[in-house]
Amino acid sequence: MCLGVPGKVTEVDGLTATVDFWGVKKRVRLETVDEPVKAGDYVLIHVGFAIRRIPEEEVGQTLALYDELIRATEKDLMTGDIRGEIDAAGGG
Amino acid sequence: MPDMDGEDHFRRFEFRDPGRAQALRRTLSKLCEEIGENVSIMHVCGSHEQSIARFGLRSLLPERLNVIMGPGCPVCVTDMPEVDEAIALARQGITLATFGDMYRVPGSVKSLAQIKAEGADVRVVYSPWEALKLARDVEKEMVFFASGFETTAVPTAAVVLSDPPKNFSVLSAHKYIPPVMEIIAEMPQTRVQGFLAAGHAATITGWKIFERFVERHRIPVVTGGFEPLDILAALVELLELIRDGECRVVNAYPRCVTPEGNQQAQRMLWEVFQTEGGNWRGIAHVPNGNLRIRPKYAWVDARERFEIDLSGLWEEAPPGLAQECICGNIMAGIAGPKDCRLFGKDCTPQSPVGACMVSSEGTCKIWYEYGGHVIVKESPHERFEKREDFHDRVGGSQKG
Repeated sequence: MCLGVPGKVTEVDGLTATVDFWGVKKRVRLETVDEPVKAGDYVLIHVGFAIRRIPEEEVGQTLALYDELIRATEKDLMTGDIRGEIDAAGGG
Repeated sequence: MPDMDGEDHFRRFEFRDPGRAQALRRTLSKLCEEIGENVSIMHVCGSHEQSIARFGLRSLLPERLNVIMGPGCPVCVTDMPEVDEAIALARQGITLATFGDMYRVPGSVKSLAQIKAEGADVRVVYSPWEALKLARDVEKEMVFFASGFETTAVPTAAVVLSDPPKNFSVLSAHKYIPPVMEIIAEMPQTRVQGFLAAGHAATITGWKIFERFVERHRIPVVTGGFEPLDILAALVELLELIRDGECRVVNAYPRCVTPEGNQQAQRMLWEVFQTEGGNWRGIAHVPNGNLRIRPKYAWVDARERFEIDLSGLWEEAPPGLAQECICGNIMAGIAGPKDCRLFGKDCTPQSPVGACMVSSEGTCKIWYEYGGHVIVKESPHERFEKREDFHDRVGGSQKG
């Protein structure tokens, strides 16, 4: 759970944003992030809330771990936690 | 997900480069030689332990380097009476919502899953926002039993500040990490020489918060990410600080952790919560270790809103095996899962005795799932002994 999950913002509507997680679009809350967020940004999401806007130049590094984990089996604990984080989004 | 352009692919390659892993491994060995004695480093994050176990990182570490998981699983350190409070509320007929890990954690007598089977209304949610929406759907009182470190307490605070419906309240079992690091540092039997700080808790608090700790305890702290190479690089930083006798904070995870942290999140956290002393399961009384709702939000605090009577519950006998569980020593870093008589036999993910086997962030569950248990600790502070089969199975691919 501590890991959170990064996603790409596709639309911002006040305090909620639509975020794309590997093709799955969900709504997340933005009141907990301390920088303005716009479409195209990547944010780190925890239990349905954005907690960090990931600097653009660091997006690739951040995604590398997740890119691998998201394809692992259901039984994998880290994959399970990440999928749980995606399920947690839906705010708004 | 994203369209990776050429540059991103390059970054990714660099980030997983086996050559870099080897170089880091050699650096770690050299540093351990220079230090000339066994070194114990503690991390306090379930996701760090998952990554260490999943990627077989312990097989890359020098024999003299002992990386142990401390109290980094928020569900595991939730005290039994806190679970009991949730159970007592649900037995009063109140709808209770909680995270999946917490749902199965045994309290003194029972788990929430067990009382749901007996007819109580207990719902599993993934997010505090989902709990809020649920409260709008159910007409009667609904309590969100909230667990997690500061990273998770921030979203709970956001929900409290979002004008929730009148039937919604929070039973907070949220914990705050910095104070428990102080407790661990003072435990004579632990002898931790460096801390790998939890990356995403530090995303909220910032890394400067550890400066006072470092000054007081003369133990270096390094923030680290979750990629295998992130962790190895953070360990190199820590060993360099230990070798040089330098006590300071180093941020080895700058892509998420800043000096001051997420200040918007901190404002929300401290607007709603205050710290209080309380027991962490199996560890100790941790001054300022619990996050409790401030009196100005008493109307949303389940402890203020309801009479919670635990006496009836405690008259029921606790399960016998629980008394043999050594979760507390495991979370304090003075024992490993293999030191527990129950591990993998009477206590498995299918039939957990202690919280460490329930949560995906619990040391026992992580070792059970990823096979970290094949590294056998002889006794605290003595060297690790690695079984040959572990080298054969895990060591080959990454060692080259």
